[in-house]
Amino acid sequence: MEKIPILRMGRTLLVSIQVDMHDQLAMQLQDDLTSRIVGDRANGVLIDISSLDVVDSFIGRMISNIAAMSRVLDAQTVVVGMQPAVAITLVELGLQLEGVRTALNVEKGIALLQEATE
Amino acid sequence: MKEETQLAAIIRKNEADILSEWIKAQMAKQTRRDQVHEAEIRANCKEFLAALSEAMRATGSVDVRSPDWSKVRDLLTEISTSRATQGFSPTETATFVFSLKHPLFARLRAEITDARALAEEMWRATLLLDDLGLFTTEAYQKSREEVIHRQQRELLELSTPVVALWDDVLALPLIGTLDSGRTQVVMESLLERIVETGASIAIIDITGVPTVDTLVAQHLMKTVAAARLMGADCIISGIRPQIAQTIVHLGVDLSAVTTKASLADAFAVALKRTGATVTRTAAASAAAKPSA
Repeated sequence: MEKIPILRMGRTLLVSIQVDMHDQLAMQLQDDLTSRIVGDRANGVLIDISSLDVVDSFIGRMISNIAAMSRVLDAQTVVVGMQPAVAITLVELGLQLEGVRTALNVEKGIALLQEATE
Repeated sequence: MKEETQLAAIIRKNEADILSEWIKAQMAKQTRRDQVHEAEIRANCKEFLAALSEAMRATGSVDVRSPDWSKVRDLLTEISTSRATQGFSPTETATFVFSLKHPLFARLRAEITDARALAEEMWRATLLLDDLGLFTTEAYQKSREEVIHRQQRELLELSTPVVALWDDVLALPLIGTLDSGRTQVVMESLLERIVETGASIAIIDITGVPTVDTLVAQHLMKTVAAARLMGADCIISGIRPQIAQTIVHLGVDLSAVTTKASLADAFAVALKRTGATVTRTAAASAAAKPSA
């Protein structure tokens, strides 16, 4: 079964979404991520969506949910690498991902997390 | 359709006379002689009259929308378009067709002796020329509208420049009314540039936006939200006093966005956020920018 890998860098967890998301995969990711945040005592989650060309309301909601779950577990979420077309689509859909921090690329995302946890 | 062929026959027989009188009438009416050369009018008239008589020979119908008249229609469209671009008024353009009436009616009067038949033919010729005249005006209008549309498109492209002010700082000076189509273009070009330059702050300057209503505010908020999703912060600057009042009276909530009165203020904030400072050297104090 396909699975989205979660990498650990210090106290930050790195998730790179590179395949089409569907319900099963999203649930799996939420399960994995929450248990890893607790298990690794992570205080930051970085989600890279730079290879996603299409984002629908489902993925938008999933990202919001992951951010909310992480916040409950005291970890900051940063979404990085969103494509312009995706950003426009999400805004038009009315999904502005409030409460989710964003950065242009992984480098800036990590800098943002470090700043936030210092 | 005996009557039709009679009209056609009269035109064909007197083509040369009608043509010369028609051209004379047009030259007399033309107030500004520099607009079209006599040679061009002559060529236009000749072509038109030939097409007209051919169409009338081919069909008995005076319905100018029918396919038999396509050649005449094409010719008129061409003439109207060229005149529209040369700056003729609609009246002047339509006169091209209407001025044919006088020489044509004169010929009809000369050729047809029977009063009833004459009235009949005059009526048909009037109908035909009126239709053609209206068609000319329509074509004129259409070509003018095309010009307007093209200019609108060009304006849209011209009026949304995204400029890099500093490392990591972009500025988007908006000029003109913001509608949904424009917002889309603005949003796209801003986001593209954010990706290209890796900028983390974008300043949207609305000094050139004449009015801000709820719709414009909503469009601005959308642009800001999209930029935020990409990981760039937006500052809105250039809010004039009247616009500040309007925004509050309309109950638009801009509290989620950093707003500054002038581009200079917004730039200072942007420099502070990126950690850059600008200092004035003693020698060039007059030319240098104030420190952030």
